[in-house]
Amino acid sequence: MKFTTLLASAAVALGLGAAAYADGHEKTKVGFVYVGPIGDGGWTYEHDKGRLAVEEALGDKVDTVYVENVAEGPDSERVMTQMALDGADLIFTTSFGYMDPTINVAAKFPNVKFEHATGYKRADNVSTYSARFYEGRAIQGHIAGKMTKSNIIGYIGSYPIPEVIRGINSAFIHARKANPDVQFKIVWAYTWFDPAKEADAAKVLIEQGADVVLQHTDSTAPQAAAQEAGNVVTFGQASDMGQYAPFPRVSSIIDDWAPYYIARTQAVIDGTWESTDTWDGIGAGMVGIGEISDAVPADVKAEALALKASLADGSYHAFTGPLNKQDGSAFLADGEVADDGTLAGMNFYVEGIEGDIPQ
Amino acid sequence: MIRLEKRPQPSRAFAWATPLLAVLATFFFGGLLFAVLGKDPIQSILTIFWQPLFGEFSFFYRPQLLIKGAPLVLIAIGLSLGFRAGIWNIGAEGQYIMGALFGAGVGLAFYPAESALIFPAMVLAGAFGGWIWAMIPAVLKVRFGTNEILVSLMLVYVAEQFLASMSLGLMKNPEGFGFPGSRNLQQYPSAHNAELITGSGMHWGVVFAMIAVIFAYVLLTRHRLGFAVRVTGEAPRAAKFSGVNPGRLILFCLGTSGMLAGLAGLFEVSGPSGQVTIDFNTGYGFTAIIVAFLGRLHPIGIVLAGLLMALTYIGGDIAQSQLGLPAAAIQVFQGMLLFFLLAFDLFTNYRLRTGRTEAA
Amino acid sequence: MDLSAINPILLIAALMSAATPILLAATGELVVEKAGILNLGVEGMMIIGAICGFAVAVESGSPVTGFVAAAAGGAVLSLLFALLTQLTLANQVASGLALTLFGLGLSALLGQGYVGVKPPSMPDISFGFLSDLPVIGPIIFGHDPVLYFGLMLVAAVWAVLRFTRAGLVLRAVGENHDAAHALGYKVIRVRTLAIMFGGACAGMGGAYISLIRVPQWTEGMTAGVGWIALALVVFASWKPWRVLLGAYLFGGITQLQLNLQGAGVAIPVEYLAMSPYLITIVVLVILSADKSAAPGSLGRPFHASG
Repeated sequence: MKFTTLLASAAVALGLGAAAYADGHEKTKVGFVYVGPIGDGGWTYEHDKGRLAVEEALGDKVDTVYVENVAEGPDSERVMTQMALDGADLIFTTSFGYMDPTINVAAKFPNVKFEHATGYKRADNVSTYSARFYEGRAIQGHIAGKMTKSNIIGYIGSYPIPEVIRGINSAFIHARKANPDVQFKIVWAYTWFDPAKEADAAKVLIEQGADVVLQHTDSTAPQAAAQEAGNVVTFGQASDMGQYAPFPRVSSIIDDWAPYYIARTQAVIDGTWESTDTWDGIGAGMVGIGEISDAVPADVKAEALALKASLADGSYHAFTGPLNKQDGSAFLADGEVADDGTLAGMNFYVEGIEGDIPQ
Repeated sequence: MIRLEKRPQPSRAFAWATPLLAVLATFFFGGLLFAVLGKDPIQSILTIFWQPLFGEFSFFYRPQLLIKGAPLVLIAIGLSLGFRAGIWNIGAEGQYIMGALFGAGVGLAFYPAESALIFPAMVLAGAFGGWIWAMIPAVLKVRFGTNEILVSLMLVYVAEQFLASMSLGLMKNPEGFGFPGSRNLQQYPSAHNAELITGSGMHWGVVFAMIAVIFAYVLLTRHRLGFAVRVTGEAPRAAKFSGVNPGRLILFCLGTSGMLAGLAGLFEVSGPSGQVTIDFNTGYGFTAIIVAFLGRLHPIGIVLAGLLMALTYIGGDIAQSQLGLPAAAIQVFQGMLLFFLLAFDLFTNYRLRTGRTEAA
Repeated sequence: MDLSAINPILLIAALMSAATPILLAATGELVVEKAGILNLGVEGMMIIGAICGFAVAVESGSPVTGFVAAAAGGAVLSLLFALLTQLTLANQVASGLALTLFGLGLSALLGQGYVGVKPPSMPDISFGFLSDLPVIGPIIFGHDPVLYFGLMLVAAVWAVLRFTRAGLVLRAVGENHDAAHALGYKVIRVRTLAIMFGGACAGMGGAYISLIRVPQWTEGMTAGVGWIALALVVFASWKPWRVLLGAYLFGGITQLQLNLQGAGVAIPVEYLAMSPYLITIVVLVILSADKSAAPGSLGRPFHASG
């Protein structure tokens, strides 16, 4: 009895709430759901910089709210619902694990727009967006291949998910192109976040002879380890990590969500928002390449910048055949480029990488 | 001179009054904290405590209290039995994970068959998963005298790695485009722990939490085993003389708490959460330890403590988004609340006397 | 697979550094537990130490001052625990857990301005030609001062507990607080000092992570090390040298599993990642033939007229 009345009132209120807010207030309200704390200095930190950029760019036309440290699962569903109930017009959900919750909540609030990062499920009011970080990896791979003297390049991965594997492959392909003798040593931290473990992993790779360390983890621990070792090259990840420039950090991949967040918020304000699938790279500015420092020889820097330009204007794709898979079977024919579906779910190494992907 | 004097009997009046005093003290000091951070203290506190219960959208938040509170209560009830007997299972988080994996594993194995038997089988598997994971420290303790604190804690980390491995490998959704995480059990009717009444937040986990509370209450007050639990905790030597078998008691306490934690995991993975993912566990197993003690290891107390914790989580998230309070401030606020609840408990068992201190 | 890529000398040198935060925190907790107090707030005190040390080191430019501040920060936070458990006789398990929650939150608030800042670095102690010796150079003479401090701390705690009157009093208080009280020892004072010592050690352990091992500040960066430290005290059966053994064992297996990964050993990574925890359990089972028990009054509240 009690619950049925609650249910009825819920349905009414949900419907009314959404309808009333769609045109009821002047400021556009934008919500952000973060999986980590803003102080993580990496993934969430960069998303929050995007949020601040939206406030900066659109001023008093927008109101932004956020909740940090939201666990995937029911907590995220609750936070999204709460934001929608509080009148958000647009909600960015910034972790892969928010995919199903986003779809669930979006179904209840047809007038609220949702943007889910790194997922693949869409609806009329749910867009997805992600960044082609592998384009940045190609540039890193090239510089790494040119700069290594030991021909051993270390790579710190978090978990063996397609995003990380794609980065390893892209870096490897371009490192091999620059230097056919290059070998990759890959260490999986098996955690999203444990700076001390990242430091250990970096040190282990350096001890085992790597003189270039690439990282798919967000802390500066590898930079510090490289600095201590003295002759090891690193790249910033997620943020520029410019405090370690010009050496060991010689360049970086920067997550830059600001242009996208501003554009999508503007679209909601203008009433032109549509459900899309965005996968932007260097060209659209979603993937930033931090300044290549003078520690990189001038000719290598010029090549890297040329590679960056060709990736940006689309004249070159980071996965262009001929390429084989690790087991020797054909992956891409000569001149063929990988389609987005294959890239999105990539779960194999390309030919030449040693070791197995943990399954 | 003020001194403390132990009451011959815990004061009933204070047992009820001290939590209220503690909450008031938290309001005051928490309000100060929020004011220092530049937020309106009264509005902040109203947002955390009032909005979820009586605010405009309380119809949505009240059921969420059950969803958030049920696993805490279910786990804490199990833990409280062991804690009373001086058996320290601090690895409920691991048992929670294993329950979810065993239960979800059974469900996923049957996909896409539909049968009314699948969900009960998952419940059994979930209980078994948590139980067997708790049996490792239990058997090691009984057989070798190994400390259960360390073993149960270490097994949390083992379970977390196992969970990651399952999400990336065996249980990965074959239709998930290579992304980690299992199929969503919410979309598999036979395996879905759906709300029993839509919008009420009542799912089987809530029902089981209620049953566990009643079970624990009856056990502790009426049953011989409950007597054994209490005596062992309060006077281990006396327990031996009264014929309590310590080995069996360890197996029972750890087994029961593991089973309940496993059930909590199963109901979560098949219901509100829906998926086995790398980050499936969110710390319920650890928070439940706080809940158990906050509830003074008493079944009714645990229910209240579980709901209170759930309230601060839910209200805290609302305060974050409405007022821009950082998550860290909410955590500090929760810490304060716990401190005051624990500190004020003093007055339940002791009273203040003024007068000269006796030479002790 | 190429096992020759693993350099055992560097491995040992690295594990010593990796184990230091756990070692510092566990040694402190050992003293606390010897006094009969179970403080589960190690993680919270470590993270407070991590941010206090980091902030002060950045502001003052001196890592040493940072470590002093970390110790002070940890001790101040632990005072809160002492207040709860000694003055208001609150339950120690719950108080410790609440302390962790509080510490994690407070550290994040304190650290808001320090994300992305690089701290001043602490150079290794120079032993001149000794540091260049083969094998023992990197293992014995190639570390930072705090690592040596940690080793000395273990030795000092062992000696004090075993040979001094202060150690005797501490142990007496931990074994049987009522008897100790009857003998005229100030139970609450001894315990409060022990708790603060534990807090200071945990704080320094945290600062070792934020100032030396990583070094940077990020929220929640201790990532559960405090729990491992707690477990190690149990593992060590409350013996200082075994804390050292346990910390090195745990640090060593963690290092080894990363090394094996790097060398491409064909063991699934997830099992390697589990191995430090599993091996700790196995070793504990073997060691549990040793029946030296916990301090008698561990975790029990004390009230003078009770």
